[in-house]
Amino acid sequence: MNSVARWARRSRPLFTLYLPVMPFVLFALFPLYFMFITSFKKNAELYDINAVPFLIGRGVTFAHYELLSKDTLFWSWFVNSLMVSLAATVISVVLGVLAAYPLARLKFPGGDSFGVAIFITYLVPPSLLFLPLSTVVARLGLSDSLWALIVTYPTFLVPFCTWLLMGYFRTVPKEIEECAMLDGCNRLQTMLRILLPVAVPGVICAALFAFTLSWNEFLYALVFVSPAELKTMTVGVFSELIRGDIYYWGGLMAGACIGSLPIVIAYVFFLDYYVSGLTAGAVK
Amino acid sequence: MQLKTLNGDVAKVVARGETHAPTLADVLARDTPVAYAFIGPAFFLLLFLVAYPFVLSVWFSLSDARVGETGAFVGLDNFRRLLTSAIFLQTLQNSVVFTTLALGFKTVFGMTLALLLFRIGRFKRLIRGAVLLPFIVPTALSTLVWWWMFEPLYSVVNWTLKSLHIVNHDIPWLPDPYLAMFTVILVNTWRGLPFFAITLLAGLVSIPRELYEAAESDGAGPVGRFWHVTVPLLKPVLAVVILFSTIFTLADFNIVYVLTKGGPMNMTHLFATYSFALGLQGGQIGQGAAVSLFLFPILLLVVFVQLRMVRRATTYE
Repeated sequence: MNSVARWARRSRPLFTLYLPVMPFVLFALFPLYFMFITSFKKNAELYDINAVPFLIGRGVTFAHYELLSKDTLFWSWFVNSLMVSLAATVISVVLGVLAAYPLARLKFPGGDSFGVAIFITYLVPPSLLFLPLSTVVARLGLSDSLWALIVTYPTFLVPFCTWLLMGYFRTVPKEIEECAMLDGCNRLQTMLRILLPVAVPGVICAALFAFTLSWNEFLYALVFVSPAELKTMTVGVFSELIRGDIYYWGGLMAGACIGSLPIVIAYVFFLDYYVSGLTAGAVK
Repeated sequence: MQLKTLNGDVAKVVARGETHAPTLADVLARDTPVAYAFIGPAFFLLLFLVAYPFVLSVWFSLSDARVGETGAFVGLDNFRRLLTSAIFLQTLQNSVVFTTLALGFKTVFGMTLALLLFRIGRFKRLIRGAVLLPFIVPTALSTLVWWWMFEPLYSVVNWTLKSLHIVNHDIPWLPDPYLAMFTVILVNTWRGLPFFAITLLAGLVSIPRELYEAAESDGAGPVGRFWHVTVPLLKPVLAVVILFSTIFTLADFNIVYVLTKGGPMNMTHLFATYSFALGLQGGQIGQGAAVSLFLFPILLLVVFVQLRMVRRATTYE
C-alpha cells in the first residue's frame, strides 16, 4: 500500500511533465529525423507509395551523397559558405567589440543616439533592404562574387554583436578596468588586456551566432550571387538540385543534412552559449 | 579614474598656481575621441550599407526605376498602383493572416512549452537541446524537408492519415490555397517556437520564488498563481518576444519562397516574396521597393514601443 503510494508520487512527473513535453520534442525532431533517413533511402523505396516512410526498409544507400559530390558543385558551395561565414564573423565580431565598448562604458555626445541606431538596425529584416542593396553591391562592382556577401552580412551581424556584447560588457565590474588605467594603460590596452579576457564567453557567443546567421543566410546569397560555382550552401542545394520538373529528393535531403551538420556540431558543443545568446536580446 | 592623464593635468594646474579637481567636462573631452574612434568602423558600415540603401529604397519607391535604369520621379504612383492591385491587396491580407496566426500559435505553445521545461528536472539539457534545434538549422534547408513531407504524391503526412483511416484520399497540402497558407504557418511555427519557449523560460527563471510561496500561503492554486504571479511578471519579456517576432514573422522570405513561391494564385505571398517577384523577377525595382517599404511602419512601431518599455523599466529601477 505504502509502496504503491510512493510509486504514484514518484511517477507523477512522468504524466504531468514528460508525457506532455513529448509531442513538442517529436514535433521539433521529426522533420530532422525524416531528412536524415530520406537521404539514405534507395530511390525504389523513396518513390514507392506503399512503403512505410518512417524507417529505412530496403537497405541503406549512399547514392544521394555520391550524386551530390559527383554531379553537383556541392563541395564548392560548402567551401564558399565556410569562407563567407568565417570572414563575415571575424569582421563583425571585431567591429562589434569596438562599438560595444564605448556604448557600455563611456559617456560621449551622440552616444545614446548611436545606441538607438544600433537597436533599430538590429531589427531591420534583410527583406526590407535587399533591392537597394543589390544596386549598391552592383555599383561597388561586387556582384557575382563572394565579396558581395562578406561585405553585406555584417550589416545585420554588427548590430547583433554590438547589442549582445554591450549587455555583456555592462556585467563586468568597472573597477578592474579602473585599476588598469591607474597603472597607466590607455583605453585600447585596457579593453584588450583586461576587459576582453573576462568577456571571452560573450565574444564566443557573438562569434557563434554570427557564424550561424551567416551560414544560414539565404536571401542575400540568392540575390547577389548567381554563378553556380559561387553559390553558398543554402542557395546551391535549393536551386541546383531541382531541375525543371525533376526533384532529386534524395539529393536534396543529403544536401540539407550536410548543410546543417556544421551548425549542429557547433550547437552540440556550445549549447549553453546558444541559449544565452538567444535570450540576451529579450531578457535584461 | 584616469590617473595617468590626471597627473599631467595636476602638473599643469599646479604650474598655473590653481588646484581644482578635473570637472566632468574634462573627463568627457578625453573620452570622446576614443569613443568616436572605436565606433567609427561600425558607424560607416551602417551608414553606407543600411542608411544609404534605405534612402535609395525610398527613392526607388517614388520612381519608375527598372533593372539597369535609374528611372524618373513619379511621386506616389507606385503606392497608388499597389493599393488598387488585387495581388497586392491579397498580399496585405495574407500578411495579416500569416503573422496573426503564426504569432498566436507561437505564443500559446511557446508559453506551454516554457512552463513544462521550467519544471523538468531530469534530462533537462537533452530536452532543451532537442526543442531548440529547429531554430538553429538553416531554414532554407529545413524547409526542404517540410516540402518533401507535404509533397503531393509521397507525403508522409498523407500516408500517416490514410494509414490511420482518418482520410481516404490525398490531401492537396500545397496546391490548395488555404491549406498552403496553413502549411506555411505551420513551418513558421515549427521554426519560431524554440525562440519563444527558451526566452520565456529565461523569464520564468528570473521570477523570485518567494512570490509563488506568498501567493500559495494566500491560498492561490496553480491556476491563480499562473494568472496573478507568472503572467504579470512575465509581461515585459512576453511583450519583447512578441514585438521582436512580429517583425521577423511579417518579413519572412525563406519559408514561403521555398515552399510555395507565393502561390498557388498568390495566396501565400508576403511582402518579402512579392517584392522579390516584382523587383527582381519582374524587373520593376520601383514597385518592388514600394512593397518592401510597407514593412517599415511596423518596424518603427515596434522600435517605438520597445524603447518606451526600456525607458520605463530603467526609471522604475
